[in-house]
Amino acid sequence: MAYLELNNIYKTYGQGENETEVLSNINLSIEEGEFVAIVGFTGSGKTTLVNLINGLIEPTKGAVLFKGAPVQGTSHERGVIFQNYSLLPWLTVGQNVYMAVKEAFPKHSKTELSAIVADYVEMVGLTPAINKRPKELSGGMRQRVAVARALAMKPEMIIMDEPLGALDALTRGNLQDEILNIWEKDKRTALLITNDVDESIYMADRIIPLRPGPNATLGPEFKIDIDRPRDKTEMNDNANFKKTRNAIIEYLMDIGNERKTETQDLIELPDLSPKDFVNQFKY
Amino acid sequence: MKQSITLGKVTKLMGLGFLSTIKDLFTGKLEKEDFKNFLRKVVVPIASILLFIGLWHMGSKTLYNIEADFRINKALEEQGQAAADAVAACIALGEDSSCKPNTLPSPAQVWESYRSLLRDHNIISADKAAFIEKTAALNEKRLAEGKDAITYTGRPSFVDQIFRSLKTVFAGFLLALFIAVPLGIFIGLSPTLKSAFNWFIQIFKPVSPVVWYLLVFMIVKTLLIDSNEDSSFTISFISVGLCSMWATLVNTAMGVSSVDKDYINVAKVLKLGNFQKIFKVVLPSSLPLIFTGLKITLSVAWMVLIAIELLAQSPGLGLFVWEEFQNGANDSNAKIIVAMFVIGIIGFLLDRLMLTIQNWVSFDKTDAI
Ligand SMILES: Nc1ncnc2c1ncn2[C@@H]1O[C@H](COP(=O)(O)OP(=O)(O)OP(=O)(O)O)[C@@H](O)[C@H]1O
Ligand SMILES: [Mg+2]
Repeated sequence: MAYLELNNIYKTYGQGENETEVLSNINLSIEEGEFVAIVGFTGSGKTTLVNLINGLIEPTKGAVLFKGAPVQGTSHERGVIFQNYSLLPWLTVGQNVYMAVKEAFPKHSKTELSAIVADYVEMVGLTPAINKRPKELSGGMRQRVAVARALAMKPEMIIMDEPLGALDALTRGNLQDEILNIWEKDKRTALLITNDVDESIYMADRIIPLRPGPNATLGPEFKIDIDRPRDKTEMNDNANFKKTRNAIIEYLMDIGNERKTETQDLIELPDLSPKDFVNQFKY
Repeated sequence: MKQSITLGKVTKLMGLGFLSTIKDLFTGKLEKEDFKNFLRKVVVPIASILLFIGLWHMGSKTLYNIEADFRINKALEEQGQAAADAVAACIALGEDSSCKPNTLPSPAQVWESYRSLLRDHNIISADKAAFIEKTAALNEKRLAEGKDAITYTGRPSFVDQIFRSLKTVFAGFLLALFIAVPLGIFIGLSPTLKSAFNWFIQIFKPVSPVVWYLLVFMIVKTLLIDSNEDSSFTISFISVGLCSMWATLVNTAMGVSSVDKDYINVAKVLKLGNFQKIFKVVLPSSLPLIFTGLKITLSVAWMVLIAIELLAQSPGLGLFVWEEFQNGANDSNAKIIVAMFVIGIIGFLLDRLMLTIQNWVSFDKTDAI
């Protein structure tokens, strides 16, 4: 049995007329120790999918199984990096991380907890800002606090919802490496949501596109067979990398175009209705 | 340098930013573009105060003349020329309160009354100090014998009344705080409690202070029926608290029930217990709204206090105003106006105090209004 399994998941929001099915028939299984990336267009339902896995919301239909048992509510075993950072504005950087660490390791002493906090804040390069409040930080700095908070809890499975979106290329690269280090060293399982194809190829074992919503489903998976540790500059010359990258981008562009033609069809629709209207008068 | 920064911070925190402008004026740090600011923040308010006093002065003079003319004419019609002359002379002398027009006092009269109230206070407090000194030895003996100490029972001065009022308003405010904040949290957390309490809040919120006073009077009078203590203080502070707590109750409930969903998600992902969730996430995030409520509560408490003291015959500014009004002495009207200004200024200071505390505890620094 897989480590994480999603079986025939459907998720609808709203009721009655406003009902929209965001996710349809999602099937996914992730093995222990795997690094899986999901790429998709904005609004396709990636955050919804993440929240189903971390236990914040429940599927309308289908089951989410974590280590064989249905997911019921959140768990410290599944750490989350939220897309919108979700830092508590009345706490400083250090306090935000401390609060999480304290919940994850209730038996640790204060000094042990503070040491963990200091380590992870250092890792994301925010030691000088440890006593600042989120309001005083840039978007990228906030995102790094969110990364530190989630990783400091040392979860078995790390679920990341576009965790590095607001960062510049250099910081982004560093944090990618840090996340990979942690994943590799402790043999964690990771699920990464991203909109950056290069990032997903650099980090993941498997890449699964999420087709645009509503009724978003998962597309065919792409396996990345590049040995770890991967090297960014070397990868650019790797034939395997180029092939996969082109394949994924082509696939995404195709579904992007499909979406466009779908909308064009919609515009043509009104031309059809007057015929029926005229026919009605013939009787 | 460090000192000036902290001064700037404190005054900004209190919403008294214009003080810094004045300081800059004296330390010569005023830049040219600051001059406009200085005009707006310092010169304009002072000019408007002077204008206000001028209008007031002319208004009171006009009212005085209207009433004086009326009295002289009345004497002329009813008792003839001689009586009218006597009244005119009496008014011109301005000492006998039987003939003096009893109308809006002028600014000068009010200022004079203010000083006389202060003099009165000095006399009374000297008197009180002397009394305490005189009875100190005796009281020690009485206490040793298990008897009650002798206390000063003289007339309270104006300043004493102010402190009595402040005591009542703080007692009422604390009562409101201790009822409204916890209740608001429970109502905000539980939709069931919310619908249970909603009718209650909607109906009692608009009830006037006078009715609250009567209600509290009915209840407290019976509860304290055996005690021979003066219950007027108890009645008035409870009424003040009940009148003023609604803003805090409603704001707390609203703050608690509308916590940002992201923060709740964090609490869920960290698996905070209920207690932790309330104290570490829900309360901090609703603190700004709770404080807005408390600020309204304190100003409402101060506003209704005067009316309630007057009804309860509880010592304080309200009673002072009422007694002066009934007293009808020469300077009674002026004293009432003094009380009015004191009430207004204290109300303003209380508001600033709350704003300072709010800015201090709140993560969400709002600029002073
Ligand atoms: N709580 C909700 N109630 C109703 N509709 C929702 C809710 N949350 C999300 N949706 C809808 O579901 C769809 C998918 O939203 P979701 O946040 O999962 O997208 P996303 O892929 O994460 O987008 P992005 O890349 O911009 O973060 C959107 O159309 C959104 O309007
Ligand atoms: Mg999203």
